Amino acid sequence: MTGEERLRIAERLLALAEREGASDAEVVVLETDAALTRFANSEVHQNVAETGTIASLRFVDGRRSGVASSGRLDDDGLRRLAEDAARVARVQPEADEPAALPEPGPVSRPAGAWSEATAGATPEQRADGVAAVIAAADAAGVVAFGSFSTSTDGLAVASTRGIRVEQSTTQARLVAICMADEEGSGYGEALAVDIAEIDAAAVGAEAARRAARSRRPATMAPGTYPVVLEPYAVADVLEWVGTLGFSALAVEEGRSFFEPGRRIASGLVSAWDDASDPAGTPSAFDFEGVGRQRVPLIDGGLCAGLVHDAATAARAGRRSTGHGFLAPNPYGPAPINLFMAPGETDPAALLSGLDRGLLVTRLNYTNAVHPKRAIVTGMTRDGTFLVEHGEIVRPVRNLRFTQSYLDALAAVEAVGRERRRLAAEWATCVVPGLRISAWDFTGTTGD
Amino acid sequence: MDQVTERALQVAIQRGASYADARTVRRMDERITIRTGRVAGAARREDEGFGVRVLVDGAWGFASSSHLTTAEAERVAVTAVRIARASARTLRRRVELDDQPPQRGRFETPVAEDPFAVPLETKVGDLLAVDEAMRRAAPLAFTEATYRADSSWTTFTSTEGTDVAQAMTHTGSAIEANAVDGDEHQRRSYPEEGGLRAGGYEAVRALDLPAHAPVMAEEAVALLSAPQCPPGRRTIVLDPTQLYLQIHESCGHPTELDRVFGTEASYAGTSFLTTDRLAEGFRYGSELVDIVADATAPGGLGTFGWDDEGVPAQSVPLVRGGIFVGYLSSRETAPRIGRRSGGAMRADGWNRIPLIRMTNINLLPRPGMTLEEIIADTDDGLYLVSNRSWSIDDRRLNFQFATEKAYEIRHGRLGRLLKNPTYTGITPEFWRSCDAVADERSYRMLGTPTCGKGEPVQDAHVGHGCSGARFRDVQVGVGRW
Repeated sequence: MTGEERLRIAERLLALAEREGASDAEVVVLETDAALTRFANSEVHQNVAETGTIASLRFVDGRRSGVASSGRLDDDGLRRLAEDAARVARVQPEADEPAALPEPGPVSRPAGAWSEATAGATPEQRADGVAAVIAAADAAGVVAFGSFSTSTDGLAVASTRGIRVEQSTTQARLVAICMADEEGSGYGEALAVDIAEIDAAAVGAEAARRAARSRRPATMAPGTYPVVLEPYAVADVLEWVGTLGFSALAVEEGRSFFEPGRRIASGLVSAWDDASDPAGTPSAFDFEGVGRQRVPLIDGGLCAGLVHDAATAARAGRRSTGHGFLAPNPYGPAPINLFMAPGETDPAALLSGLDRGLLVTRLNYTNAVHPKRAIVTGMTRDGTFLVEHGEIVRPVRNLRFTQSYLDALAAVEAVGRERRRLAAEWATCVVPGLRISAWDFTGTTGD
Repeated sequence: MDQVTERALQVAIQRGASYADARTVRRMDERITIRTGRVAGAARREDEGFGVRVLVDGAWGFASSSHLTTAEAERVAVTAVRIARASARTLRRRVELDDQPPQRGRFETPVAEDPFAVPLETKVGDLLAVDEAMRRAAPLAFTEATYRADSSWTTFTSTEGTDVAQAMTHTGSAIEANAVDGDEHQRRSYPEEGGLRAGGYEAVRALDLPAHAPVMAEEAVALLSAPQCPPGRRTIVLDPTQLYLQIHESCGHPTELDRVFGTEASYAGTSFLTTDRLAEGFRYGSELVDIVADATAPGGLGTFGWDDEGVPAQSVPLVRGGIFVGYLSSRETAPRIGRRSGGAMRADGWNRIPLIRMTNINLLPRPGMTLEEIIADTDDGLYLVSNRSWSIDDRRLNFQFATEKAYEIRHGRLGRLLKNPTYTGITPEFWRSCDAVADERSYRMLGTPTCGKGEPVQDAHVGHGCSGARFRDVQVGVGRW
């Protein structure tokens, strides 16, 4: 389906909503064409593809609104969808404030959001990528696991306020975990808009090298150690801090640590959200049709800004920053195109500045223990190493940490010069490695 | 069998599949969220489509579509076969399925009161009332009251002659009170994870949210000034509202046989319960620990008639008398350990391939003491209630949980309320330290609708029956507070 066709569906649904008596309405049409190849034990074990389109209608009747969505896009399906949304809206009591549908505003189409090569990727291409990872693993005498995915997403938003926007984006991601005998494990990942930018052999080699190097890990006593976090681990830190602190709704509800100008990180740390930068995964507008703005979050260690959707923006008397999700969304806006400023330290120098500490590749299964203080627990994974006098001396078993991510950012000593584009749990993160003077490890894994 | 699935299976076989199955799924859900007195979301959603899974040259292929036409069935079947052939290029071990007799029939969740027939205004009004009751009872920063009903209608047909249909309904409601003072944010919620239950609106009425609303509000505020849970090694008694997730993370996931064989290594991880441990009779827990995967349990979120490979629902022992005895398995994985599928393959909708998922993973009650009697039997310990956060390593060994509240237990009585309680341990060491499991009088069927697994991530509704249990010498109060 083309963008124009998605907009035509949206227009039809808007007309049906108006016929049902909507005072305002917003339609989102979302089309996904995705494929994924998973591999384990150095062979493909799952290979899937899906095609689907869904239309969602936010129906407003004065101070009441309701949402209905459906994958049925024929005339009957759309008519029923409009009726459902109207019914959901009209049974509600009137709200204190009118439903916040945004007005049309500037939407600039970022470069580098779409790749013809990714859109046309075939199962055979994914199989070739997987074969390259497996070859790298075979060469290192380790076993390969992972996934290679491609997706094309079409999004159209139209509203009675006059919003008419559509975009198509693509994404390709290769994840490789290699396992060696005697507990060795390593990780590699590549995320790109254009599948041609993914060097599968390099991703495989990175994971294989780390796996081979992490054989026979020693058990390290829990305690507070200096660490160097690889970009994979930094992505987790930045995503949690962004989610817990920089949503305008979190601030409204008093569950955020954010205060304008409050120091929460070392002066070396600056971070922002920017969906226009082709170094990330660009996107022109959010699910409310508002152009995504660049929002500074941390500026030289100080709290700088918040992301808004239409509802929080209306309450704050300002315009949305373009960080809204598909309605209804009770949990508010979130930054999902995160960047951390690069520093001046060569990646090797991050390590050489560590007298005695740990090199951490990844953080796994992290969860907030105390959201307002950004205390998070989780495990290290796929390559944790003891470093002495700037050199890796041995692999260590995975450790549990219970750490305030704010305290960690405040203890940043050095920021890497090179950044990686990575997919965290929800956000795209473009991040460097970090050296941090203190990290609380609170347990070690068992046999 | 309808025309779409019939055509898909025909084309798959014509194109060289040795086996194929097709599922059609129609889903409808309704969700309402009240946030601090405001209707923050009210939505209905419908979704339908079909998925075709094929075996070609010993490799799997899967494709799906939301367009239910015979022409699309042909395209999807052709795509699935093409994908399987691409998979076969790196194949090192051909997929072999166990023998299963063809199934025919229909399953339906027992529903007393159709949740979609209850007027929306009634549901919204009830939620606004409990939300207001929380805010009236105590000074809160924000509140939430939610309602959710999910219904699905599924058909499964295979080239082996299975043709079954299922209609499932899950309905629930929950409340949450949040109090904030400076850097302290405390939450109390009831019941667990949205309160979803198998059944209709009768499940919501049974939760009696109005009675719990002021209690949650008052406890959230009381926690702000409660003492911090101190660190140390303690006896802990877990309420079912925490124990269910302990079972989920440290028994449910590690007994998934696909994890054991490494096929989830790239995302969720593997398992410490390797097949050699099944053969050796590994001691997973104390002799009081009996855990089953029971897809036939009444009222469970993991209860069904057949799994998404057409295997009948059954009860599979996982841990018996503390000894590890079984896995959650599929038609492909079970034969590799000399067994037949335990019927645990489940897919999150028409566009997802089935994976090994939990059904209802239940810690069976032990005759003797109620949960209250276990507390009365405890001289010095902590009573931990309502999960707040969870984390476990990629082999499911090192876990850490936080609960919303804890009470000191002194000489068999509940004492001071403590805030920010956490505990941590290693799975088998922890379960071996279990010295009391409450009896059937305390047994409750809880569950979660958000068990994530696989790539693309799939959510599963899984049930957990349990009655509360006591564990000795557990590390509590983790981290710097």
